[in-house]
Amino acid sequence: MSEIAFLGAVEIGLVYAFVAIGVFLAFRVLDFPDLTVDGSFPLGAAVAAVMITSGIDPWTGCLAAILAGAVAGLVTAFLNQRFGILHLLASILTMIALFSINLRIMGRPNVALINQQTVLTPFYGLGIPDYYVRPLVIFVLVIIVAFLVARFLASDFGLAMRATGVNAKMARAQGVRTGVHIYVGMALANGLVGLAGALFAQTNGFADVTTGIGTIVVGLAAVIVGETLFRPRTIVLALIGCVVGSVIYRVAIQFALGADAIGLKASDLNLVTAVLVAVALILPRLRGRKATT
Amino acid sequence: MIRVSGLDIVFGKGTPLEKQALRGIDFSVPEHEFVSVIGSNGAGKSTLLSAIAGDVLPQAGRIEIGGVDVTRSPTAIRAGKVARVFQDPLAGSCGTLSIEENLALAAARGTKRMLGLAITRNRREMFRQRLTELGLGLEGRLDDQMGLLSGGQRQALALVMATLAGADVLLLDEHTAALDPAMAEFVLDLTQRVVQERKVTTLMVTHSMRQALDHGDRTVMLHEGRIILDVSGHERSNLSVEDLIQMFRDVRGQEIDDDSLLIE
Repeated sequence: MSEIAFLGAVEIGLVYAFVAIGVFLAFRVLDFPDLTVDGSFPLGAAVAAVMITSGIDPWTGCLAAILAGAVAGLVTAFLNQRFGILHLLASILTMIALFSINLRIMGRPNVALINQQTVLTPFYGLGIPDYYVRPLVIFVLVIIVAFLVARFLASDFGLAMRATGVNAKMARAQGVRTGVHIYVGMALANGLVGLAGALFAQTNGFADVTTGIGTIVVGLAAVIVGETLFRPRTIVLALIGCVVGSVIYRVAIQFALGADAIGLKASDLNLVTAVLVAVALILPRLRGRKATT
Repeated sequence: MIRVSGLDIVFGKGTPLEKQALRGIDFSVPEHEFVSVIGSNGAGKSTLLSAIAGDVLPQAGRIEIGGVDVTRSPTAIRAGKVARVFQDPLAGSCGTLSIEENLALAAARGTKRMLGLAITRNRREMFRQRLTELGLGLEGRLDDQMGLLSGGQRQALALVMATLAGADVLLLDEHTAALDPAMAEFVLDLTQRVVQERKVTTLMVTHSMRQALDHGDRTVMLHEGRIILDVSGHERSNLSVEDLIQMFRDVRGQEIDDDSLLIE
């Protein structure tokens, strides 16, 4: 694998680290299997791309992408909490609806961002090659976001959110309004995924309605790889696991697709991802069975 | 402190499985009183507790706690005044959170949870002190996961958690039923100590007539959703388990077919 291809994989991995952290918040912290992310990722990309092409500051575009993602998360939480629709189904409904909404936002299936001002533009002129600048800038953003999420989960409010996911009945008995925490958690999770979408559009130079397909599996893959490597007992370790897991996953995929001997094509990505996640889910179970017999 | 009037609770109303759990319960507990509640399976003991805690909403009637009508307010809102220990030791705490995180959750009960750090030096100091008083050696294990503790240890911690933030009402739902006899004894003694020290109004549901008579100031017996016996003071201190069983027969005019009532 060439240096540029490697750094490209790292860059994508870091962009998807935001997805991994969002998925971690929904699946692990709230115990809310959330497929909304397949819609909120391209939603973030669409919102940021449309705003940037109409001349709005790219950071404002990122903020709008976060808000849009958060609203998508709130819709899913609302369907589930207010009307008792099963979480998985509620999130699928939002995801499907977002496909149409994303097309509306962009007015067409994709928007190009070539030669537009992005959050990365100011850093390109520093004399470092572009393929170093992108991962570096995204890395700094990931660290900041991971730190903020860790601090949030260590607060009274964040701890109550964790309790909501672990034991909702106990949380309520301790005065935690579990509904509020599910709304906030889902908004936060999908806000982060929206941000990932916005950054994806800016690093890759386009937003496309189909980029959302499989986002959830990629995010879950990153979370699981991180958990397998770190076996985290603290939130900070779990979040580091999300970031590292996301990067390792991307590099591994890149490696697999790049190795001619295996004969895989780029279009096999989703199959490879699904197989990897399935294996990662099955392995601990097999290990457990061996231990008991 | 607690006033329940005309409380009706029906589960599965309008279905073939409809069951009236409570029938027009009128019942009040003055401040600082420790009431033990007994009754056979399905008598409505746990339902009464759940109704006071807010987990079950009544079809009719009224519940007041500390003079405030809480009939329609959700569990989380009542939790500022009402603390609870469940029968299942796993239900009262979060197994994947650490001991100190569980305690911090309880310490913030009744306050507005904001973005301040949940585990501060002050809180940790307070946790350590409360756990030292417990005498189970848990004060050195604040970082350990709750799931590593035994059922008895978790139940003892649940009692500490119930009183950490100060509550007006303590609800104990057969909280020793799932423990081995030695640990059950320990948790009961701890309960007695905590209730006396904290002067908290307490309702303790139990399966054991012995426990019901040995602990608390007053004993209430439920049967098929009604209160059929309510004794306190002198009358109660002269009661034996055999008397209770006899009274139960007299009131109901039938044989007791539920062995569990006789278990001591």
